[in-house]
Amino acid sequence: METIKLIIDNKEVEVPKGTTILNAAKSVGIHIPTLCYMKLEDLHYENNPGACRICVVEIEGRRNLAPSCKMECTEGMVVRTHTPRVMNARKTVMELILSNHPAECLTCSSNGHCELQKIAHDLGIREIRYKGDMSTFTIDRSPSIVRNMNKCIMCRRCETMCNTIQTVGALTAVNRGFNAAVSTAFERDMAGSTCSYCGQCVSVCPVNALSGRNTQQPVLDALADPTKIVIAQTAPAVRTALGRDFGYEPGTLVTGKMVSALRQLGFDYVFDTDFAADLTIMEEGTELLHRLGRYLNGDKEVKIPLMTSCCPGWVSFVEQHFPELRDNLSTAKSPQQMFGAIAKSYFAEKLGIDRKNLVVVSIMPCLAKKYEASRPEFSVEGNPDVDYSIYTRELARLIRYANIDFKELPDGEFDRPLGESTGASVIFGTTGGVIEAACRTAYELYTKKNLDKVDFEELRGLEGIRSATVDFDGTPVKIGIAHGLGNARKLIEEIKNGTSPYHAIEVMACPGGCIGGGGQPFHRGRMEVLRRRAAALYREDANKPLRKSHENPYIQQLYKDYLGEPCGPKAHELLHTHYIDRKEVVGMYTETEKSK
Amino acid sequence: MAQYTNYILVCGGTGCRASQSEQIIENLKAAVDQYGLEDTQVIRTGCFGFCEKGPVVKMIPDNTFYVQVQPSDADEIVREHLVKGRKVERLLYVNPETHELVPDSKHIGFYKKQLRIALRNCGFINPENIDEYIARDGYVALGKALVEMTPEEVIKEIMDSGLRGRGGGGFPTGLKWQITRKVQAPQKYVVCNADEGDPGAFMDRSILEGDPHSIVEAMAINGYCTGASKGLVYIRAEYPLAVERLKIAIRQAKEYGLLGENIFGTDFSFDIEIRYGAGAFVCGEETALIHSMEGLRGEATVKPPFPSEHGYKGCPTNVNNVETYANIPVILLRGAKWFSSIGTEKSKGTKVFALAGKVNNVGLIEVPMGTTLREVIFGIGGGIKDGKKFKAVQTGGPSGGCLTEKHLDLPIDYDNLLSAGSMMGSGGMIVMDEDDCMVAMAKFYLDFTVEESCGKCAPCRIGNKRLHEILQKITSGNGTEDDLTRLRNLATVIKDTALCGLGQTSPNPVLSTMDNFYDEYLAHVREHRCPSHQCRELTQYFINPEKCKGCTLCARVCPVHAITGDRKIPHIIDPQSCIRCGTCMEKCKFGAIYVH
Repeated sequence: METIKLIIDNKEVEVPKGTTILNAAKSVGIHIPTLCYMKLEDLHYENNPGACRICVVEIEGRRNLAPSCKMECTEGMVVRTHTPRVMNARKTVMELILSNHPAECLTCSSNGHCELQKIAHDLGIREIRYKGDMSTFTIDRSPSIVRNMNKCIMCRRCETMCNTIQTVGALTAVNRGFNAAVSTAFERDMAGSTCSYCGQCVSVCPVNALSGRNTQQPVLDALADPTKIVIAQTAPAVRTALGRDFGYEPGTLVTGKMVSALRQLGFDYVFDTDFAADLTIMEEGTELLHRLGRYLNGDKEVKIPLMTSCCPGWVSFVEQHFPELRDNLSTAKSPQQMFGAIAKSYFAEKLGIDRKNLVVVSIMPCLAKKYEASRPEFSVEGNPDVDYSIYTRELARLIRYANIDFKELPDGEFDRPLGESTGASVIFGTTGGVIEAACRTAYELYTKKNLDKVDFEELRGLEGIRSATVDFDGTPVKIGIAHGLGNARKLIEEIKNGTSPYHAIEVMACPGGCIGGGGQPFHRGRMEVLRRRAAALYREDANKPLRKSHENPYIQQLYKDYLGEPCGPKAHELLHTHYIDRKEVVGMYTETEKSK
Repeated sequence: MAQYTNYILVCGGTGCRASQSEQIIENLKAAVDQYGLEDTQVIRTGCFGFCEKGPVVKMIPDNTFYVQVQPSDADEIVREHLVKGRKVERLLYVNPETHELVPDSKHIGFYKKQLRIALRNCGFINPENIDEYIARDGYVALGKALVEMTPEEVIKEIMDSGLRGRGGGGFPTGLKWQITRKVQAPQKYVVCNADEGDPGAFMDRSILEGDPHSIVEAMAINGYCTGASKGLVYIRAEYPLAVERLKIAIRQAKEYGLLGENIFGTDFSFDIEIRYGAGAFVCGEETALIHSMEGLRGEATVKPPFPSEHGYKGCPTNVNNVETYANIPVILLRGAKWFSSIGTEKSKGTKVFALAGKVNNVGLIEVPMGTTLREVIFGIGGGIKDGKKFKAVQTGGPSGGCLTEKHLDLPIDYDNLLSAGSMMGSGGMIVMDEDDCMVAMAKFYLDFTVEESCGKCAPCRIGNKRLHEILQKITSGNGTEDDLTRLRNLATVIKDTALCGLGQTSPNPVLSTMDNFYDEYLAHVREHRCPSHQCRELTQYFINPEKCKGCTLCARVCPVHAITGDRKIPHIIDPQSCIRCGTCMEKCKFGAIYVH
């Protein structure tokens, strides 16, 4: 490999050709602050517009300062990263950015983990010498995401995420000069845009310009209401990430403490969405076998590949961008909604209470789940199956709010019956997990044989698109996996072209799957945070005594006592749904498409 | 084919057209018909440059130069000049110093000191007729290049000529071509940057309106040299006449086989398309221009990579400005040696300037590099209007700086202007006299850059806005000396950290006026006084009771009734009500009103 020798702050550095000054400096322990720059190498996400100019450095012989995040090293380059000229420039630029950013830190939900705040602190900004007019944008509140462009610093991370990685194309820079901001097409509300609510824009926003919709107060109100029974369901990815907000290393499983914290918050029952994930596998796995059976028998009408439907961001994406393929989506509801439906029927009946007096709160790694819970088809006479969906960071806030010393909590256990789960459901939280869980069950149901090796290693990893052929005792089942909507789009294009080789496709809207969800504690560009979360879920799966959804005794009981057969009439009524063509809603049809 | 011995050239540039030159042409044609002058042809040419005196009509062969012609003068011109052989004296140009009539264009001071290379055909040929261009050796250079020379030889000729980019940066043109040539790629592009945006500059427009074929020819030569088969002209949509004439030129060139497949029987094929800009100043920056052509947001990206390596649609792209191209055919015809004999050591050839402001002869001029500012302003420009005192000249438009009395004998070239704190830019030259306030002037240019910033990088987006706010504070009398310190620091940091040429140069008007006219800044902040009485909030109008006759005219014209007084008794102005519009001073017949 060709290397380059240069000098940074009097240190000799040798780096491969093509290395940026920023990375070269990093390699010798020199930390240059960055603001707009962000890279998630496994996900092929890189935002380096060179826009914030915080990372500028002095290069000998160069007229002006250079952005180290963009500038590649050249032979013999002499770089200085903290001369008075550089530091004055950095501070002045920082003051400029702060001069158009509301100083609302104390009441901002990003307080304490805001990247702008950190750099201001590190640079020792004590005074803003350049004050003047400030942006005055209207705050846009969608069901999942709040967009407050008065806080936007134009780092463009959200734009790169939304367009390059997710290919949703909901966010773009609009206007010019001081009025420039990130917005939707024609500056519509996000609710009227092509946004799928995946929330990835929120997870990369360094400030709080994009944030999750806050639903803590109604949850607190319900908990305080003596007439209500309040139950919690926690998604698998939450337990690997929640600890990060309490000082744990990334990927630390805090399942037991989370259960105890929820109980201490006043939840009457603490259940597990994993239970519903097992239920999803029963329904979706059965649906896959039905469709596969018809398909293999030469039925041309059947929609193959079957696409998973547990991710609401993905479902919205299909409904808005590819409604013509919505019948390929499994009709099985997502685990969150299956849980809600069962809780408000089976469990409410068990308790002998009206569903209106049962409040279901889901704790999700996801912002789109808020929107999903609000969909009218997931309610009975106006009473939603899931009353409130809060995301991981919101749960952390509630725990702190209630003066709970998280680290000192004992490990609690989920309540029964809706708290029991298998290893198969745990891995729902990472990309490839749903399909792996489905394979474990579908294999045994299809072959009527025992599956000895439950670890489908070929389905794991962080490669954007993965595929594998699973041998169902002589029947090769072809499986495609995509995470990130941009990757999903590629699989979808194959279906549209008629070149898709797959029988089943798993899609997670967020890169990495739910572990990288928009409601999770911020990774702040550290890829290993996501890797460790995924590893933790596979660890938890490996340690579970039961690892196949259909072996969950409470699931077996549920079918026996209440639901009947998977995909049977009762199951169909409670656990399946339909999808809507939303292209019209967001105005995406072209004139010619409309006239057809 | 008809044979003509007399030609009447009428300026068909945008300025003269706005003063009814089309009607003049029609009337002239009617008169020519009426008098049966079959040997006389009326030709609509491009801009003559002498816009101050437009509409302009020139008689060939005797070069009689009629100025400020009205449509109603047409009959007289034809009858007197052509039929009776007498010049229409009342329409001749009058020498402002000697007050003598000037019989022909060769004796007009405005033209005497000019050397027109880029503008060689402007005001001489009908731009809509390819035959007229060919008659002036048009497309001979292309033929020579294709048939007799290798691309390397052409590039060497351009390099030897010393031609540098006329769009602002002054990068050696031949070197740029060579870099693009050396990059291996299946598809390359050459681009003509016709996104002229400096306020008051119109050299590119005039060349495209007056001599579009020279651009078509030069682009084809560029394509041959760099290995590009496609040319793109990026032109602002506000230049409808230039667009129209360029379209005609491209169509005619195609009809003559000078564009298209196998030009001059060689295996070189080349085609040109037009791309429209929406009039954003920043799109004159080459990376922003390319993004705009790609349909993306018009904003700059960090260089490297340079367009020569990674440009339009990722292909190597050679971007040159209109005026640069206009020089190419002449260089090939007359040789590098000839071209490099003109100009200074490091700046060869000529430069077109748009001379504007407080100068007698406003217009478009072309002079050899190395001509002094004094020769341009006082020689060609005819000195300062109304006999006032010269104060400063702003070169390089909003990106340039202002030069003063002490710079008047500075030979104009790229390097001299840079070291004097200004720049060549695209060639705007705005002259200011003693009445102009330099602080207000800096604010005026900041108005423009604040408006035209794309908003991508923080220093330009927020910094220029803050610069403008500080200048606003100073010019409204609220500034302090501390503001001057802040102003200089901010201007320096923006220059040092902004992403593209726009931001890196936008503080130049501030810095150069601070360097050259610091006393004016001090007067504004220390004494809250505008020495030029230009800053409204700092001026007050008074009536000298000794001169006032009490005629009441001022009181009657005052739009806010701020002036009171009885007939024949000196009036007074109420400073609280006065809006400092200056109407009273303008109308007073006794010079009794003064401003302080």
